Amino acid sequence: MRTEHLSGFDFGATDLDAGIFFETAASRLAAGGRAVAYFAIPEDGAFRLVMAVAFDRDGRLEVYSSALAGPFRSLTPSFPQLHLFEREIYEVSGLKPLGHPWLKPIRFNTPGAVPGVAEFFTVHGSQVHEVAVGPVHAGVIEPGHFRFQCHGEHVFHLEIMLGYQHRGVEKKFIGAPDARSIHYAETLAGDTTIGHTWAYCGAVEALAGVNVSARAQTLRGVMLELERLANHTGDLGALAGDVAYLPTSSFCGRLRGDFLNMTALICGNRFGRNMLKPGGVNFDLDYALIKELKLRLDNTYRDVESAVSLLWETSSVTDRFEGTGVLAKEAAEGLGIVGPAARASGVGLDTRRNFSCGPYERFTMAVSGSGDVYSRAYVRWVEIQRSAELIGGWLDALPEGPVEAECGEFKPDSAAVSLVEGWRGQICHFAVTGPDGKFRHYKIVDPSFHNWQALAMTLRNGEISDFPLCNKSFNLSYCGRDL
Amino acid sequence: MEIIKPAVQFLAVMLLSPLLLGVINRVKAFFAGRRGQPLMQLYFELFKLFQKTPVYSRTTTWVFRAGPVIGVSAMVTALAILPFAGRPSFLAFDGDFIFLIYLLGLARFATVLAALDTGSAFEGMGASREMQFAVFSEPAFFLGLAALARATGQSSLAGMFGVLTGDLWRTAAPVLALLTASFFIVLLAENSRVPADDPNTHLELTMIHEVMVLDHSGPELAYILYGAALKLWFFGSLIACMVLPRHSGSWASDSGLFLLAMFVVAAAVGVTESVLARLRLTKVPYMLITAFAFSALALIFQVGR
Repeated sequence: MRTEHLSGFDFGATDLDAGIFFETAASRLAAGGRAVAYFAIPEDGAFRLVMAVAFDRDGRLEVYSSALAGPFRSLTPSFPQLHLFEREIYEVSGLKPLGHPWLKPIRFNTPGAVPGVAEFFTVHGSQVHEVAVGPVHAGVIEPGHFRFQCHGEHVFHLEIMLGYQHRGVEKKFIGAPDARSIHYAETLAGDTTIGHTWAYCGAVEALAGVNVSARAQTLRGVMLELERLANHTGDLGALAGDVAYLPTSSFCGRLRGDFLNMTALICGNRFGRNMLKPGGVNFDLDYALIKELKLRLDNTYRDVESAVSLLWETSSVTDRFEGTGVLAKEAAEGLGIVGPAARASGVGLDTRRNFSCGPYERFTMAVSGSGDVYSRAYVRWVEIQRSAELIGGWLDALPEGPVEAECGEFKPDSAAVSLVEGWRGQICHFAVTGPDGKFRHYKIVDPSFHNWQALAMTLRNGEISDFPLCNKSFNLSYCGRDL
Repeated sequence: MEIIKPAVQFLAVMLLSPLLLGVINRVKAFFAGRRGQPLMQLYFELFKLFQKTPVYSRTTTWVFRAGPVIGVSAMVTALAILPFAGRPSFLAFDGDFIFLIYLLGLARFATVLAALDTGSAFEGMGASREMQFAVFSEPAFFLGLAALARATGQSSLAGMFGVLTGDLWRTAAPVLALLTASFFIVLLAENSRVPADDPNTHLELTMIHEVMVLDHSGPELAYILYGAALKLWFFGSLIACMVLPRHSGSWASDSGLFLLAMFVVAAAVGVTESVLARLRLTKVPYMLITAFAFSALALIFQVGR
């Protein structure tokens, strides 16, 4: 197992001349790179643009930056995956991306901006009508506004407007780390506590140059996969609920709770809070606990298997799933989609494989081709199988050793990029330290940030009545995207 | 003419129909591994709603308020015509089945107008779906009743179900079986049950019937819920009379058996809802066309018999 720390790097070395920066970015993205982060850092009264490009097949990450004071060239027309990143840069810094096709606020956090008050894309014509849903919904879910341009049941266009959940949590990391930082990381997206906390710890450990022991890495893996099991099981149940298929719906709801309870058995919190800390983990497993966990895992997994297999065996369910909300592979790649949604469209992208570290050795990812709701459901099921297998294997052969290490001071003027495959997809944390060895900037990219656009695309030329099902098949985070 | 028994029958229908939904919900809960809501839940809800003050949107007019009243009145009238356990009700007359279908149409018309009156995009969508599916379910139902009239040689519902006995099942089993299947499909679609609609969803974009009544509140919502229960009884009792054509001569035993059959029908709806997922909205017409084909086939068999 690779346990040597992923080191931070000298931030100054990423500096490029502005012209070269955009040329390089364009050529690297054209060469198959995927932007994992693209943001602006305030610097000497102006701004510095930073872009991290991942080459997933080679497991390579490149970072470029450039000081900038005025408008810049928008790369969105050539690379739609940058669309939201450039809008974010514009909102945060006021630097205008020239030639951006749809420049409008994404979080409404500038003075005077009111969430949801902006121009919407409209379609004109006789009998074309607009359906507005949210931000207040009938269920107890997060707020978001969805605007459909319809002709009868047919959807021409869907525009998703979020930003209602903006908390300004990224700013809270500046000048940190302090006692609160880890708790902010734990609550970036409540259902991805382990994923985000691991990404945060990874960034901190890289900057501090700390090695995490094999035992702690494996325990983190157990927690991350339990989180994945709980959420994927819940999602499959919710998908069944959306097509009014009762048995799977109600059983998966209960089984999700069983996985959460296993998480609580380890660290005392159902969502895995307080488990991870920079340098290791807070809780170790003893023999009795391992035995209990294995027993529960076996039982719960068997129940999940019988509840989920009903989905594939019931023709009315498969008929409803198949061909609904298709996301083509080209669209998924073009938009930089991540996670199970990308793998369901045939994109071979899984951080556990492409940037494997810690306990994930020889990991094989689940890829399916059709890009519809069925595919997204099936990828989840295959991942449930993998996760259960992984946890079982790790519990059988837990490496010996300490579970924590002391984290020292950060290297000044450095940066670290931390990638973790959360259950929803790749999580990216980009930390930059200042000369004082504290965070100068902290950028978080939740998988939902990439994937909301995919949901809008799947509805294009679809049926408006399919929206809830498509939405559930992505199950994206509002607060993770709004931060 | 006897007055006591029809009055008791009518009263029983009015009082018992909300119980059918309770049975359906309990069956569904059983399949889902839950305990489920109380059998009497709808009664509690109606009681609660009748104590509330309705809230009206400023964009609505009297059309919106008239919808639920017309809807529930039409259903009460329809049930005053519908035979109970194969025995005539108050208002039975020759050709009453045509009147019944118009009553159902009137109830639907009033609900749809009330929905459109709100000017909401959701309700307009629901109204459009309701009318679209009615186009398919009404002919199936009408043709089915015509085939039944032909099979029994009667032109009133009471007459049809009076003549419909076990003997008729021996001679015209294919016709009756096809009609039962057709009526069951129409029941599922007309009462917004799975697989045509999902009565439990909170997702406005997928609803059909529920979305049309989103803006109603208080006693008017109670009228709508009660009207829906009566409608379920209406279709359920047609099927119960079809599959259990028993005329022992004893009013009490016939009625008891009929009520039992009603609850079996409700349980069958619950089982159907539990084992099937909901159809894609564009495929609901296919299901209703199947019902229409069953009815048409029954009529053809009957004519050729």
